[in-house]
Amino acid sequence: MSSEVDNSRRRFLTAGTMVVGAVGTVMVAVPFVKSWSPSARARTAGAPVEANIGKLEPGQQIIVKWRGKPVWVVRRDDKALATLGKVTDELRDPGSDESKQPDYAKNEYRSRKPEFLIIEGICTHLGCSPSYRPEITTDFQGGFFCPCHGSTFDFAGRVYAGVPAPTNLTVPPHYFVSDDVILIGEDGVA
Amino acid sequence: MSEKQTGTGLMGWIDARFPLTKMYEEHLGKYYAPKNFNFWYYFGSLALLVLVIQIVTGIFLTMHYKPDGEMAFASVEYIMRDVDWGWLLRYLHSTGASAFFIVVYLHMFRALIYGSYQKPRELIWIFGMFIFLALMAEGFMGYLLPWGQMSYWGAQVIISLFGAIPVVGDELTLWIRGDFVISDATLSRFFALHVIAVPLVLLMLVVMHIIALHEVGSNNPDGVEIKKNKDENGIPLDGIPFHPYYTVKDVVGTVVFLIFFSVVVFFMPEMGGYFLEHANFVPADQFKTPEHIAPVWYFTPFYAILRAIPDKLLGVIAMFASIGVLFFLPWIDRGKVKSIRYRCGAFKLLILILVVSFIGLGYLGALPATEGRTMFARLFSVGYFGFFVGLWWISKNETTKPVPERVQ
Repeated sequence: MSSEVDNSRRRFLTAGTMVVGAVGTVMVAVPFVKSWSPSARARTAGAPVEANIGKLEPGQQIIVKWRGKPVWVVRRDDKALATLGKVTDELRDPGSDESKQPDYAKNEYRSRKPEFLIIEGICTHLGCSPSYRPEITTDFQGGFFCPCHGSTFDFAGRVYAGVPAPTNLTVPPHYFVSDDVILIGEDGVA
Repeated sequence: MSEKQTGTGLMGWIDARFPLTKMYEEHLGKYYAPKNFNFWYYFGSLALLVLVIQIVTGIFLTMHYKPDGEMAFASVEYIMRDVDWGWLLRYLHSTGASAFFIVVYLHMFRALIYGSYQKPRELIWIFGMFIFLALMAEGFMGYLLPWGQMSYWGAQVIISLFGAIPVVGDELTLWIRGDFVISDATLSRFFALHVIAVPLVLLMLVVMHIIALHEVGSNNPDGVEIKKNKDENGIPLDGIPFHPYYTVKDVVGTVVFLIFFSVVVFFMPEMGGYFLEHANFVPADQFKTPEHIAPVWYFTPFYAILRAIPDKLLGVIAMFASIGVLFFLPWIDRGKVKSIRYRCGAFKLLILILVVSFIGLGYLGALPATEGRTMFARLFSVGYFGFFVGLWWISKNETTKPVPERVQ
């Protein structure tokens, strides 16, 4: 047996042990990190919800809970719809090109039916819930106002320019099951 | 017996097995601190005191608190009304949180004016900054636990900040919350982090902070190294043993601090809505954002910077940069003179700008934003960052006053 130390062999073994140890550490970390993802229960609670809109009067808003978030259903009256064309120049993203919505809601009304706006009531700035301001005044053409940082949105949830919110409010997937019932959370076929 | 055993009796027996006497001498009995410590040197020991208050009251609060979305708010009210002395435990803890930040901000200011972050104390400063980060994490996560309106929406806003990160932002916020919105999952993990994880890190950092300090030795209001002038026994001529001299001094500080602390705890625990915000006495409602939301006072300067910038991502970057830049302070300041006493007039002016900007931002951050206030917030943000730019600029070829050889 030689008494000389084989340094390259020793280095190889040291490096090999360290690499295996590091890989093992990373792999062990995976379950811990993954445990923070939404649990199966939280994901189930994210299932689609139905809402009955048959009794909604023009101008009224109801709030439906979907995935724990407030989803607004607003029945816009003619006056509200008329403002949408007038405010276009003051909006940051009037065509909704940078905003999130299903293709069928990528229009001026941001909805399937002009009358009914179905939209997530979560400000795209920092997640506060804006309030519904249906009054049309000379200063503000009506819509939604976020109390946290002063972002304003029109009756289609489109953000005004010069406020902190970067994009229009998000339209969730939804479809009309019948004239009176909508399902929020699925695109449906129609 | 071992050669190490020099003492006799019980202490000798222990010292042969555990370096008790050695540790006592290194950190108290024979730790020589400069003899000219002034008022500003109270806040390090006061921070330790508040840490102890927070840990003790925190342990007892966990015995009654329920980290559950359905029960959290009610369990805090239960502590306030039904648990014997529960109100005191909670008010000590909530007041302690604000006291912690007051003391730490003053402690950091001391380091700033006397150059305690400069070579060779860079690591003390960096450990201290990590302590500050851990404290902010503690404050933020602890504030969610009462599950009031401000807890809920404050957390919603702060977690949404991470959503500004391109590409991974949305996934990251989902992962942090563990749900599509702030929910029971978020509350439970914040509880675990607030009660176990962060305090462990905090304690470890405090030990590292103190070990680093005692390795290098304390700075002082003159900013001269007392280790340069030692007597024949190797003891700094301008040093005095920490115990009994500074332990006794710190007892005075402790008594004065506890007087102020008690006044708040017993007579104004909400501090007019600054220590405990009014909206937090309403249970969390995920459908209704309070009319005005603002973070607790110790976060408002950074929050004002966030709000001052009209772009979401840039605002978030500026806010994190305002804290991150502090880590680099030892290298931003290129000066060789430590204490404000011997530095140039421009340095004093910069310190003034920083103080005014920081307090101004803190004041504005607590108020609803208006156009005029936003303009001021922008001005103060420029002042805040301007301090660091200005310091880098002036410290290169600074005209200083002569620094004395020894402590005055």
